[in-house]
Amino acid sequence: MFAYDLDLARRSLRRNPGLTLLMIVAIGFGVGASMTTLTVLHVLSADPIPGKSQKLHNVQLDPREADGYIMGQEPANQLTRSDAEALLRDHKADRQAIMTGGSVAVEPQRPGLSPLRIRGRWTSTEFFPMFDVPFLTGSGWTADDDTAHARVAVISKPLAEKLFGSIDVVGFTMRMESTEIRVIGVIDDWHPEPHFFDLSMGAYNVNEQLYVPWTTSRDLKLGHDGEMTCWGEEKGDQLDAGAPCIWIQYWVELASDAKAAAYYDYLVNYSLEQFRKGRYRRPPNVRLRTVTDWLDSENVVPSDAKLQTWVALSFLVVCLVNTVGLLLTKFLRRSAEIGVRRALGASRGAIFTQLLVEASMIGVGGGAFGLLLAWLGLWAVRHQPTNYSALAELDLPMLGATFAIALGSSLLAGVFPAWRGCQIAPALQLKSH
Amino acid sequence: MLQMKDVSKVYRTEMVETHAVRDLTLEVRAGEFVAVTGPSGSGKTTFLNIAGLLEDLSGGEYKLDGVDVKGLDDRTRSKLRNEKIGFVFQSFNLIPDLNLFDNVDVPLRYRKLARGERHKRIETALERVGLASRKRHYPAELSGGQQQRVAIARAIAGEPTLLLADEPTGNLDSQMAREVMQLLEDLNAQGTIVVIVTHDPEIAARAHRNIHIVDGVASDVERAPSLSQAV
Repeated sequence: MFAYDLDLARRSLRRNPGLTLLMIVAIGFGVGASMTTLTVLHVLSADPIPGKSQKLHNVQLDPREADGYIMGQEPANQLTRSDAEALLRDHKADRQAIMTGGSVAVEPQRPGLSPLRIRGRWTSTEFFPMFDVPFLTGSGWTADDDTAHARVAVISKPLAEKLFGSIDVVGFTMRMESTEIRVIGVIDDWHPEPHFFDLSMGAYNVNEQLYVPWTTSRDLKLGHDGEMTCWGEEKGDQLDAGAPCIWIQYWVELASDAKAAAYYDYLVNYSLEQFRKGRYRRPPNVRLRTVTDWLDSENVVPSDAKLQTWVALSFLVVCLVNTVGLLLTKFLRRSAEIGVRRALGASRGAIFTQLLVEASMIGVGGGAFGLLLAWLGLWAVRHQPTNYSALAELDLPMLGATFAIALGSSLLAGVFPAWRGCQIAPALQLKSH
Repeated sequence: MLQMKDVSKVYRTEMVETHAVRDLTLEVRAGEFVAVTGPSGSGKTTFLNIAGLLEDLSGGEYKLDGVDVKGLDDRTRSKLRNEKIGFVFQSFNLIPDLNLFDNVDVPLRYRKLARGERHKRIETALERVGLASRKRHYPAELSGGQQQRVAIARAIAGEPTLLLADEPTGNLDSQMAREVMQLLEDLNAQGTIVVIVTHDPEIAARAHRNIHIVDGVASDVERAPSLSQAV
């Protein structure tokens, strides 16, 4: 019967090609606009580290001045160097990493290349296993390297190719800020989006290609990129250990909720201790957030992307309402045929199914057209001057979602007209035609 | 086969209550050819719609082939209609987008017969009305008489026991009307019960029995002498 319904739908749609096209275009525009914005939203709000996002936690403390303190307010979103280094020394989590971003000048070994300004990350040994960083050759540095302030680095595949023309460069040396640094690992292209572990440099499209031990970076006085907030009187270098400045990210891996609760208690006790010592002016104000909660709290997804999605979904609703009207007209114009079919043995259910199959065929057409429009829309987004524009690609789940939305929308649009169609009184139609 | 007892049909609006049929009691037996006559608006078509399960009755009792149809759900009524009843309408009511073959196929589709069985029945029905050679033609390519013959083929393809015809010759010239009537008589001779609603006394005269409806009441029942003797 389904094949018969499909054949009837095909004939019916061919009977009024203009009307059919109009409905396909209406659904297509609605679906296209929705899918463009939903894809952008999907990409922007994607889990950057699936499988671990509930185990990794960002640490927030509140070492700021007493002025302006309001109970329950959000603590600072980065740490001071002294706090981060203290937590690292205590080593209370399963894994932990201190980190900040910066840029350095690297002198290529290959002749003919000028020095390059490279974005990098100054961090500690457990950064790599904690964030599942994929190595092509070599590995990260050890805790001993951290302690020894070793002159080592991990570099990205593109940087290895640029500097040395190869990725088999473990053991090679490179000059950075006039210092010889030995390459101990090359990682594959790795760009978690959003750049969750350091949002101070922007959430998207942060291209870091060099990783250097935290201790080494302090020895070499490597610079810092991203947000920094200081308070009190300016005394000395803001990057010094005792400076009242927040500029460091600190992440921990905790395998269970119990461990997370224990670590939270540890942070509260740490804050209390600092408060008692007089170093902290505010009572303990701690947050220990998973990756997902951290991204939510930092409002990583741009509000205009959310607004655009709502506007597009509203547009889809308008398109659907129009399609409901067009389908209703189309089905009611076939009252005579429906009356005949009812007289010849079609139940209301059979008529309802037949009309709904026709609506879903329009949905498939609308989905295909919507997909084309979404593809064009995303192409346009990729040419926008935003930091996330390059991410706007239609992946497989969104491709499936496009068709599901198109089909679901057209079925939704078809339900009322089909219901009205199957309520047609056959006796009246048979006499009047 | 068809038994109605005190059947009534009332159409109600907020302002008016119209009794289209009242206290209709009649019986149509196997093998009969019955003409239902009466002036316009007398309730003939309402009777036919009730008989054909296209409308529910307001009161009384109606048994079709022994099945009490009152209160049946839509699915059961549709199945009963599909299996027991064939319809022929005044304005043919063929589906213009479908060729003759596909038009005749419509009731068989709802019976969910196998493809081979459907094709056999369609061919047989079209042959019976003399249009097998034109099965790929569309209704618009046929004359009125031919269209009505296709409608008859569609009605008989399901091998119904009861054929209900509402003014089947009303839109035809006399020659075509005779052909259609001959076809209905042949079908009746082969065992199909035919109930025909008509204004035409000539056609009514060809029936075994006439039921005369006036103001919704079956007021007069005449029995053709030959059938009277037979029953």
